[in-house]
Amino acid sequence: MQTAPLSDAAKQKLNAVLSRYPNAMAACLPALHLARAEYGHLGDDVVKLVADHLALPVAHVHGVVTFYTMFRREPSGQNVLRVCTNISCMLRGGYEILGAVERELGIKPGQTTPDGCFTLIEEECLAACANAPMMICGARYFLDLVPEKMPELLAELRQTPQTELV
Amino acid sequence: MPATRETRLVTKRFGDEQAKTLAGYVASGGYQALKKALGMQPAAILDEVKKSNLRGRGGAGFPTGMKWGFIPKDAKTTYLVCNADESEPGTCKDRELMYWDPHLLIEGMAIASFALGCHHAYLYIRGEMMREHAVMQAAVDEAYRGGLLGKRVAGSGYELDITVHRGAGAYICGEETSLLNSLEGRRGWPRMKPPFPAVKGLFGQPTIVNNVETLMNVPFIVEQGGGVFAELGMGRSGGTRILCVSGHVNRPGVYELPLGITTRQLIDEVCGGIWKGRKVKAVIPGGSSMPPLDESELDVPIEFDALMTDPRIKEVEVRPGVKFDLGGGKTLRTMAGSGGVVVMDDQADLPAICARIMQFYAHESCGQCTPCREGTGWLARISQRVADGRGLPGDLELMESIAHGIGGNTICALGDAAAWPMLGFLTKFRGEFEAKLAASVAGAA
Repeated sequence: MQTAPLSDAAKQKLNAVLSRYPNAMAACLPALHLARAEYGHLGDDVVKLVADHLALPVAHVHGVVTFYTMFRREPSGQNVLRVCTNISCMLRGGYEILGAVERELGIKPGQTTPDGCFTLIEEECLAACANAPMMICGARYFLDLVPEKMPELLAELRQTPQTELV
Repeated sequence: MPATRETRLVTKRFGDEQAKTLAGYVASGGYQALKKALGMQPAAILDEVKKSNLRGRGGAGFPTGMKWGFIPKDAKTTYLVCNADESEPGTCKDRELMYWDPHLLIEGMAIASFALGCHHAYLYIRGEMMREHAVMQAAVDEAYRGGLLGKRVAGSGYELDITVHRGAGAYICGEETSLLNSLEGRRGWPRMKPPFPAVKGLFGQPTIVNNVETLMNVPFIVEQGGGVFAELGMGRSGGTRILCVSGHVNRPGVYELPLGITTRQLIDEVCGGIWKGRKVKAVIPGGSSMPPLDESELDVPIEFDALMTDPRIKEVEVRPGVKFDLGGGKTLRTMAGSGGVVVMDDQADLPAICARIMQFYAHESCGQCTPCREGTGWLARISQRVADGRGLPGDLELMESIAHGIGGNTICALGDAAAWPMLGFLTKFRGEFEAKLAASVAGAA
């Protein structure tokens, strides 16, 4: 599959990013975030494109992409639900929240709904422990969750998706 | 009552939406410390920070002034990196600090950079913190426009750039050398030390990595003097401490408190006691990598040295009767860590909680060192089967042996972060694990 070249806007952003570091390799993570926003996910073709832009070996960029959990290799839903089940959330019902989302959407963590609306991720501690259980979707926090309210909340997200920002 | 206990130095602007803008921040006294600092000798700032007894708030509690002092005198290019990769389970302060008071962090970074002779500082912010990234980037942009960053910081001859750099999902990047590799565009693998970052860090240059809360204390120290900050503290620890309380309390929250407060006072007086009228069973004092406290150990102040040395806290054992050796004959009690206090009530299933902690460290092990890569996986699997009532005879000894095999034998502290709570839970709550095992063995027979 042929990947479209980076848009002019993305190229401009990438050049601005490159000016903040003494070498191109250091721009690897920001460039991958940009590419993720542009193409939705980081398949082999996008990895090669980023490598070419930064004049880095494809193997290096591939190694970086596969190290970090946010660099998804597969397409994601419009809403990426990151539900925390780490101990602070676990102690206050984080698994019940995850279960409620699984039931409502009919998917398991790591999966995307067939309509492409939601991807569900069981996330490690998201640093909002005092408001457990919680999840994030895009830049929005959903705090002090209760299982019974999850269907309503998911319906709202279906109407107004919270995309992940660059 | 919370109001009487709380002492707000770095959380004083919490809840004030106006203070997030440059104008609002300046109106509430912001950037005065930076202006004062720019008129001081860098060495004089370093002296104040040393005098303040400020200790690293990321987890290790290392004296900040001493760390800054490790930068070689003849260094030409130096870097300051702010570690905002907050991910230690139970810890939720840096995220709130950046959200509510982004300019205080920029001011702290600017003062520290000036003191360290640094002209380009990086803020490494956790990838998942998309909201806080937007807040910080907007504040940095505004600081540039307001002449507080760039060629002439606050009208002085000092030049400083700050770049906000996003992580991409890896707990390990909170470890400072892993963070540096990540910032250089590599996989976040920790580096062997020495050389320490202060000698050879980012892009091979002398680098100081400091936590968000640590840097946000610096403006106060410059304005009021290191002595005042030291006086607020206790023993060899200056200032206040932000504690993030989660779990089974009536009022979980992020509270800035005097360092001398005890865990019991924290639970009863600040957090409204244990929920549902229950009693406390266990408390993790500083993020999930720290050995837990039992009910008899809650009257010790949550201060760095006290938690490490107070004899009222039991020493962690590698097996009953044999103390864990931290090296040089030093034993392990617990540590203040990241300030993430997780409270568990008397009905909490501790083997299941311990298994969840092990699952986390197995997931986050970067895979570089064999003891951690393999050991954390085995701890996760064995602790899970014990918690699920599928344990085998000898499993407790096996977990102890694996944890002991990891502790102290890896490049970075992630291995210890798994081994310490494992051994801590077994030292203090062994009966609960034995009961699970007895039930499983009985069921199998």
